[in-house]
Amino acid sequence: MSPDPTLATIWAFLIAFAVFAYIVMDGFDLGIGILFPAFEGEERDNAMNSIAPVWDGNETWLVLGGGGLMAAFPLAYAIIMPALYPLIIAMLLALIFRGVAFEFRWRDPGHRKWWDRAFTIGSFTAALSQGIALGALLQGIAVTDRAYSGGWYDWASWFSILTGLSVVAGYALLGACWLIWRTDGTTQGHAYRLAARFGALTIAAIVLVSFATLTLSGNYFARWLTWPAILWVAPVPVLVAAIVVAFVLALRRKAEIAPFLLALGLFFLSFTGLGINIFPYIVPLRVTIWEAAAPGGSLGFMLVGAGIMIPIILTYTGWAYWVFRGKVAGEGYH
Amino acid sequence: MFEGFDPVILARIQFAFTVSFHFIFPSFSIGLASYLMVLEGLWLRTGRETFINLYRFWLKIFAITFAMGVVSGIVLSYQFGTNWSVFSDKAGPVIGPLMAYEVLTAFFLEAGFLGVMLFGASRVSKGMHFGATCMVALGTFISAFWILSANSWMQTPAGYAINAQGQFMPAGSWIDVIFNPSFPYRLVHTVIAAYLTTALAVGSSAAWHLLRDKDDPNARTMFSMAMWMAALVTPVQILAGDQHGLNTLEYQPQKVLAMEGHFDSHPHGAPLILVGLPNQKEKRVDYAVEIPKLGSLILKHDLNAPVAGLDTIPDDREPPVAIIFWSFRVMVGLGVLMLTLGLWSLWARFRGKLYDWPLLHRFALVMGPSGFVAVIAGWVTTECGRQPYTVYNLLRTTDSASPLAAPAVGTSLLVFVLVYCFVFGFGVWYILKLIAKGVERHEPPLEESAPIRTAGIVPGPYQPEVEKAP
Repeated sequence: MSPDPTLATIWAFLIAFAVFAYIVMDGFDLGIGILFPAFEGEERDNAMNSIAPVWDGNETWLVLGGGGLMAAFPLAYAIIMPALYPLIIAMLLALIFRGVAFEFRWRDPGHRKWWDRAFTIGSFTAALSQGIALGALLQGIAVTDRAYSGGWYDWASWFSILTGLSVVAGYALLGACWLIWRTDGTTQGHAYRLAARFGALTIAAIVLVSFATLTLSGNYFARWLTWPAILWVAPVPVLVAAIVVAFVLALRRKAEIAPFLLALGLFFLSFTGLGINIFPYIVPLRVTIWEAAAPGGSLGFMLVGAGIMIPIILTYTGWAYWVFRGKVAGEGYH
Repeated sequence: MFEGFDPVILARIQFAFTVSFHFIFPSFSIGLASYLMVLEGLWLRTGRETFINLYRFWLKIFAITFAMGVVSGIVLSYQFGTNWSVFSDKAGPVIGPLMAYEVLTAFFLEAGFLGVMLFGASRVSKGMHFGATCMVALGTFISAFWILSANSWMQTPAGYAINAQGQFMPAGSWIDVIFNPSFPYRLVHTVIAAYLTTALAVGSSAAWHLLRDKDDPNARTMFSMAMWMAALVTPVQILAGDQHGLNTLEYQPQKVLAMEGHFDSHPHGAPLILVGLPNQKEKRVDYAVEIPKLGSLILKHDLNAPVAGLDTIPDDREPPVAIIFWSFRVMVGLGVLMLTLGLWSLWARFRGKLYDWPLLHRFALVMGPSGFVAVIAGWVTTECGRQPYTVYNLLRTTDSASPLAAPAVGTSLLVFVLVYCFVFGFGVWYILKLIAKGVERHEPPLEESAPIRTAGIVPGPYQPEVEKAP
């Protein structure tokens, strides 16, 4: 059985979809973890309980992204994972601390402040490792004969640290905007201030990373700043600027849902920009999606499952969000 | 640090450690999800408060167990790539789709309905809530289905071809891949093991409370349900194990020979070696205590059937004998004890002393962890028995690992051990604390119980007229 270019392209978009779903959905969960020290007492309870019923489902997109990569692009999975070894291990361990904190903090009041710290450190470390991993992939990794051929800390660079911190800032922005939407009172007031601060940081990060990426490789530069490519990609920065304006205005008029949706828009455009840089590579500038793709028999078999299951998953996930709609508040306890 | 170590050995220890730790949690949550489904179903049917009390009590423990299972499971899904990249590249086209199906059909199902199951009782109807519980239970089963299919394919690969790059490719029908020869047996044996493990843990916590107050109605119901499981399911499990063993003898003979300690061939009926010290260097079992002919009876269901020994297998294709020999004996020994407990409970029930026999309760109490130990021992037996291969007879473990330096793997292994012992140690401690406290007379729902979720945290529907917090 041979590779099938169409199926490989479809799967590249499906995995990109899973990764994007993970980034925004666990993004606000991790963001709340990163912002946790800014809240106290009942505010923390509210913040955490606004995501307690959904965090597990959100994290599952990470498993789909990773598992899907192994199944659809095994060669890419086999090259990328060892290349980013310490980052992946750090992320996994961080997600352990973050995940168990949801349950453990209620088990013993004496231990709570420690699990709250674990929640924050776990969320921060997971976000940072994901961001550094992104930078490491963009700057390129050494590949020889179907395998990673670099050392185990080649990923460390100024650029990857910049992307790491950018993702932390972006997740914190998502978390703050989520809390604006889902809480009220003092928690919401806090969230507005945090959204302004991390909004500014995120916008600065988008600009910095965008320009830094252009300097990494002529390929990236050519995608954006040569004629006529510039015509096709120009809408991305233009829309980013428009969203930034709308975001500032939304915070000014104390809108509750708009900041979150606009932050999602920023993430979507940044993700699109990333796609413009990377496509059609899956290991940037080294291995294309067609070189890494599993045979058509594997991709076709999975596509049947994905085609049936993803709409069903989105339906019941939407239902679960709907069940827990509305403001998180200690009603009856005021 | 770790400079002189073999990175492949370190990676193997790391995988063994993380998978064994992980396996504890799903083997409890698979059984517990079904137990919760039964409890909620019984409550909806009978309206008896005991059932909803027990449901709410075990739901708290399920929440902790499930969270630990999720976070330790994600580690595994990435570890294939981080530490076994060559295996991932080569076997990914065949077992990757099985794992993708696990995510699509099981993980999302569990996670999507878990929130409603844990916190949604006051927000959806009773029927909807029961539906959510059923979906979570179904999800745990589907998850077991796919991951055991993938694991079984590594044991008894089928439905594949090998391409120029040495990659396994699907060839023919996916049914052959999914329902590979050892899968049905492994699925039945493992899922029953999860149910039994849960029953023994539930029975043990009930026994703990019966020893204090034999009239505790919640403890009585739990104990009775758990002992029915022990009495009825253990014999089924022993039968399933026997069938699984026969299947293994057919497809992976060296694994069974290592389990039995048969270094030599026995043309006229093999003995059963009860205990002894396997000596792989000298190819014999030292100080063996044997029963003549019984080995042939068990393996071939015939006293005089010939049994080939490990002497028929080249040395470089033999699994490590001692560890398999012993882990198998631990599993079987515990199985015999479980059967004893089940039969004893039947006798006690017959005599009307099920809730009034402290010695039985003590036995049930100490048997609490036995399911977990047996599950791990069984897993060690089957996984070590696959060695020295990752894909049986086709891809060697030494040819499967990532190109990583020993210091990287050694450091991650060390950190995994420290973090797992710390984090999951606390988790187990919190579970034991809840069990020791026991079921309350009127167990509050999870989202309302004060120390669990503090004041009304999980929200009611949005009510704009509600005053803001002072």
